[in-house]
Formats: sequence, C-alpha cells, structure tokens
Amino acid sequence: MKSVLSLQVALFVVIVAALAFLPVFASPYGLTLMIGMLGYVTLATAWALFSGPTRYVSLATVAFFGIGAYTVAVFSESMAYPLLLLVSAAIGLLVASVVGFATLRLAGVYFVIFTFGLAELIRQLVTWYEVNMTGTLGRYIFLPVTPEGIYWQLLGLAAITFAISWGVGRSRIGLALKVIGDDEVVAAHCGINVARVKLALFAVSSTIITLVGAIQAPRWTYVEPVIAFNPTVSFLTLIMALLGGANRLTGPLLGAVPLFLLFEWLSANFPNHYSIILGLLFIAIVFILPRGVLAFAEENWKRWRRHEVKTVPGVAE
Amino acid sequence: MKTFQRRHVLRTTAAVLALAVTDLGTFALAQDKTSVRFGYAISKTGPNAGGAGITTLPNYQLWVKDVNDAGGLEMPDGKKLPIEVIEYDDRSSSEEVVRAVERLATQDQVDFILAPWGTGFNLAVAPLFDRYGYPQLAVSAVTDKAPDFVQRWKKSYWMLGGGHDYAKALAAILADASKAGTINNKVAMISVADGFGIDLVTAARPAFEEAGIELVYDKTYPVGTSDFSPMINEASASGADTFVAFSYPPDTFALTQQSQVANFNPKVLYLGVGTGFPIYGKNNGDNATGIMSLGGIDPNNQENAAYRKRHEEVTGVAPDYWGSVITYASLQMLQEAIKRKGLDREAVSAELSTGTFQTVLGETKLEENQLRKLWWTGQWQNGQFVGVAPSDRDGASKIVLPRQAWTK
Repeated sequence: MKSVLSLQVALFVVIVAALAFLPVFASPYGLTLMIGMLGYVTLATAWALFSGPTRYVSLATVAFFGIGAYTVAVFSESMAYPLLLLVSAAIGLLVASVVGFATLRLAGVYFVIFTFGLAELIRQLVTWYEVNMTGTLGRYIFLPVTPEGIYWQLLGLAAITFAISWGVGRSRIGLALKVIGDDEVVAAHCGINVARVKLALFAVSSTIITLVGAIQAPRWTYVEPVIAFNPTVSFLTLIMALLGGANRLTGPLLGAVPLFLLFEWLSANFPNHYSIILGLLFIAIVFILPRGVLAFAEENWKRWRRHEVKTVPGVAE
Repeated sequence: MKTFQRRHVLRTTAAVLALAVTDLGTFALAQDKTSVRFGYAISKTGPNAGGAGITTLPNYQLWVKDVNDAGGLEMPDGKKLPIEVIEYDDRSSSEEVVRAVERLATQDQVDFILAPWGTGFNLAVAPLFDRYGYPQLAVSAVTDKAPDFVQRWKKSYWMLGGGHDYAKALAAILADASKAGTINNKVAMISVADGFGIDLVTAARPAFEEAGIELVYDKTYPVGTSDFSPMINEASASGADTFVAFSYPPDTFALTQQSQVANFNPKVLYLGVGTGFPIYGKNNGDNATGIMSLGGIDPNNQENAAYRKRHEEVTGVAPDYWGSVITYASLQMLQEAIKRKGLDREAVSAELSTGTFQTVLGETKLEENQLRKLWWTGQWQNGQFVGVAPSDRDGASKIVLPRQAWTK
C-alpha cells in the first residue's frame, strides 16, 4: 500500500516537472491553450474541493475569480507583483470568510441562487464604487508578466490545489465533509462542527479561485466589471467538474481537459453554433452522466464484471 | 483494478490530446500565395453583439465583397489576389478574444487581422497585435489614452477619438449658444454607469465648468434602466435649457419616447449612442430634428452617400452615422497601403502611419497614428444626422438651435 502511494506521488512530481518544461517546446498558441486549460483545471479542482463532498453547488466561482482579477488591476501600479498576489489571496479569503459565515447555513437550491447572486452583487458594488468614487470604469494592467510566467504560476497553483485536495480527501476533515454531504443532521450529531468545517473548505477553495483570477488578469490588459465578472466562468467550471466527477481527486481534471479542448475546437470550427452545442452538451452531461465519467466508467466496469452496483448520488441530483 | 482503469483513462486522454494537436497542426501548413488571408474575432453573440453587428461586422463583410467583386486585393505588381476570411466569434468574452487572435496569428497564420469591436476588447488584444507584428486599426474604441497607446504599441491606430474631444466640442457649442442668448447656461445631465457613460461624464464635468456652464443636475443610472420619468421630471424642474444624456442605445430610445410622453422640451437635447442609428431617424421622423449626439456625416460628400447606399443594398441594413463609415474607411486605408507596399506588415504599418489615403471620408491621413479629423458633434437635420462640430471643418453643417418642441 505504501509503495503504491509513493509511486503515485513520484508520478505526480514527474508529470508536474514535465509540464514545467512544456513552454520550451510549445508554440505560442499551444502555450495559450495550456494557460486556458490549466486555469480551468485549477478552477474545477478548487470548486470540487468544497462542492464535491458537501454537494453545495456553488455558482460563486466568478465572484472570486473577478475579485482576484480586479485586485490586480487596482493595485498593479502601486505594488510589487508577489505582494499583489498575496493581497488578492487575502481579499479573497476575507470575502469568502464573511460570505461563508453568513450563508453556509443555506442549503440546496437556495445556496445555488445565493451564490449566483453573489457574483452579480460584487460586480454591482465594484461598478458603484468606480462610478461614484474614482470616476473611471475600465482599468489598465501593464505588468511585465510573460505568458510563460503566467503558465508556470498556474502550474504551481494547480499542483498545490491537487496536493490540498489529495490531503483533504485523506484527512479527518475530508471524512467530516463526506458525512456532511450525506446527511448534515447526522454529521452534527456525530460531533462534527458542521459550520466550521464547511467554512474552512469554502475559504480555501475560494482563495485558490481568487488566485487563478489574479494570475490570469495580466493577459487582458484592460479590465472592466463586465469582463472580470463574466458568469460563463462559473458555469464552465461547474460543468467541467460535473463531467469528470466532483467527488474524485482527478475527476475535475478529466472533465476540464477534454471539455476545454472541445470548446476550443468548437469555437474554431463552429463559431456560429457554439452556444447551441454548448447548451445541448450541458443538458446531456447532467442527464447522462450525473455522477461524472469516472463514476460512470467504474459502474459499467463493475456491472460488466457482474458485481453489485451501489450508486452514489451525484452533485447534480 | 483501480490503477489499471485509471491508467486506461489516462491513455485515452493522451490519445485524444494527441489527435487534437495534430488536427490543429494541419492548419499551419504553408500555402502558395493564391489568396490573402484576413482574420478577425468579433462578438457575434453575447452583450456586445448588438454594437458589433451594426458598426463593425457589416463593414467587414461589405469590404471583402467589394474587394473580391473587383477581382481581389491589388498587390504592388498589379496582380490581384482574392481575400479569404477566417472569422471567429469571441462570444463577448475577453479571454476568448485574446485566444482567438492568438489562434489567428500563430495557427491560421493570416496575413492581416482586423480589429474586434469595443474599447475593452481592442485593448485586450493590442499586446498580441504588437507581439506578432500586425497593424491594428482600432475603430470602435473611444479612449483618451490613445497618445500613450501609440507609444506603447507602435502599430496600433486609434480612429474614434476620446471622451474629452466629444465633451469639449459639446461644451463649446453650449457656451456659444448661451452667449448668443439662445439658451441659459444651465445643464441637466444624466449618464449610464458603464464604460461609455463614465468616460464621457468624467470628461464633461470639467469641460462644462471651464466653459462657464452650470451643471444643475447630474445623475448616473445603472445599465438596464428602463424608466426614466423620475430623471426627466427632475431635469425638467431644474430650470436647465439643456438636457444631456450619455446613454446606451436602449436608453436613448426610451429617453426619446418618455420625454415626448412627459412633454419635456429642452432647447438643447443631446443623447448618447443610438442617436446615430438610422432606425432612430426612421422611428422619430420629424421629431428627431434638432437632436444632437456624437458623430455625424458630411451630407454633401458624394462618396460617403454612395457608400451608405451600397451598404444598405449589400448588407440589408443602413450604416450608423458614427463609427460605420470610419470602419469602412480604415479598411480602404489598409487596402491602399497593401497596394503600395505588398503583404509586408512592417512596411504596410509604416505606410498607414505616414501615408495619405483616398477613402469614403475624403482625403484621410493619420496624425500620430490617430484619426483626428472626426465629427465631434452631430445633429439630425432634414432626415440625416449631420456633423456640426468642429464647425470650421469642410462640410460642416450649421447647427440649428433651439430645437423645435415635440409634435404629436
């Protein structure tokens, strides 16, 4: 058992190291693709970190993503770059704590609606502040960050996110989360501090999402609330995590990579039908693969081997 | 069992990845020069689709058709090559527009890239145009920072001026009219709380103060506001002879309707984006007369008139009275620069900066990579939206103030 574990860790390190050398060989467009892909892999993994085990479907991804991007835009001229990322993370953490503390007692569809509203609320607050206090809406980001730099930072963040996700899955807190996901009342009776566990995970997950926004922001040069708080980011993250299976470590990865490539292929070859195909795909995923491809493959594998299959309810149900 | 399966899944993923990469790679094959490849990413869906679909996209299509109908794009040696277009939808997302332009430059390896729609999107792609050495003719971008951008991105061209230009022109008109006793020096102003409105209103406040105009009412409203009657009533009660709204198209149409309902008759009525849409004139008929906004045309410019006619015939819609004609003129400049210098982007860019071109605007020349010969203020007169400021420019129409009351 132990050797399997060390093998897995070694494999992980080798993959990350290999990916780190990719910019040397990749074309500029390949690098752009990898940046987009890594961004969504990190977003989906961070999303699943909280929403997977607890089954709290969050649409607040873009709220934190936008906070990260906007913080970089606001302070890009007055701070050193590493400090910029730290401040973004701190603001993300603060907002996540306040919001989480106030709302994590909501459940089910109420939570979904609330998180969707949160992104809009933050966008409107930023707009209001910019209009009435600073008198400008668009902000410029002129940072000397190269695409390679962005790629390596995202890779680092993705690796850290995986490590956290792996660690949480094996810890007491991970077990506590699963119990909460199965039945919150039982969890409370088992002596789990439900509110604290949920809040901690929500905060960690949101901070990572904030950092993804902060790292990617220099690519845009120009940031407006409409650009930074684009709700599509939330939906894409959600559907990627669901496709792969939000309850597994590599689930979001296996959802994000093929979907991202598919979207890219669709928008290059079917620019006029993209939105229609995307909508159909969303419906298909939720209906056919509610527990994700990994679980789907596993169930069918077992069924094929004539084993009893016990289905676990998915996040989308 | 589990590890085997995971490995299997990984292997499949790798295969899919490899397939995707080879598929994308085939695009990059070198081609004989039997055509010139133009690419652009434009918002065909999402919130920006409305503006892009009026000002930018029809002109790109019209120009490509015009050139190909004439046998193709003329090279310095007189040979004509047809234009081939690669078009992407950026879905009004800035991450997408960045990726699409990168794809055009490095995968599709197009000869020239046309600019996207909107200030933000043009800024988002400017570093890419610069890095890959493509000239960027940014038309639908209103920014006061153009002089800085030109320094930063040597091959960027800014064709629609900045908020200060429009605000100063308006302030000058109001100051003159108030000196002449046509109107009092009080202004009521509202603006949409979004990019365009904020830029203009921040420029207008100091410009009005400098011109000795008193701002008696100054409110912003959020995007999507549909009921303007409280603002109209307050503006009406403020005693101002001038009502200014830096508004978006839906607001512009609503304000016009609701002012008529409230019988609000300011002597000067200045509205934002949308006033220059042909449909605005059509909907409001005689009531549009006297209403002012940004942009305008010279009604006696025959080439422009011919362009407007052809635009309507080919695309089925009439061009707007602000950015449309400039978009088309920017393409003509590019066409002429290619005719003089060929497909060498470096030389074409230099030619765009320094050359003089015959376009639908008349003789066109950029100053420090910016088009400065623009109509800063226009007014509806006799069913056309004509340029009235700068008043000393050739072809300027004389401004008519005060505007008539609404006829019902």
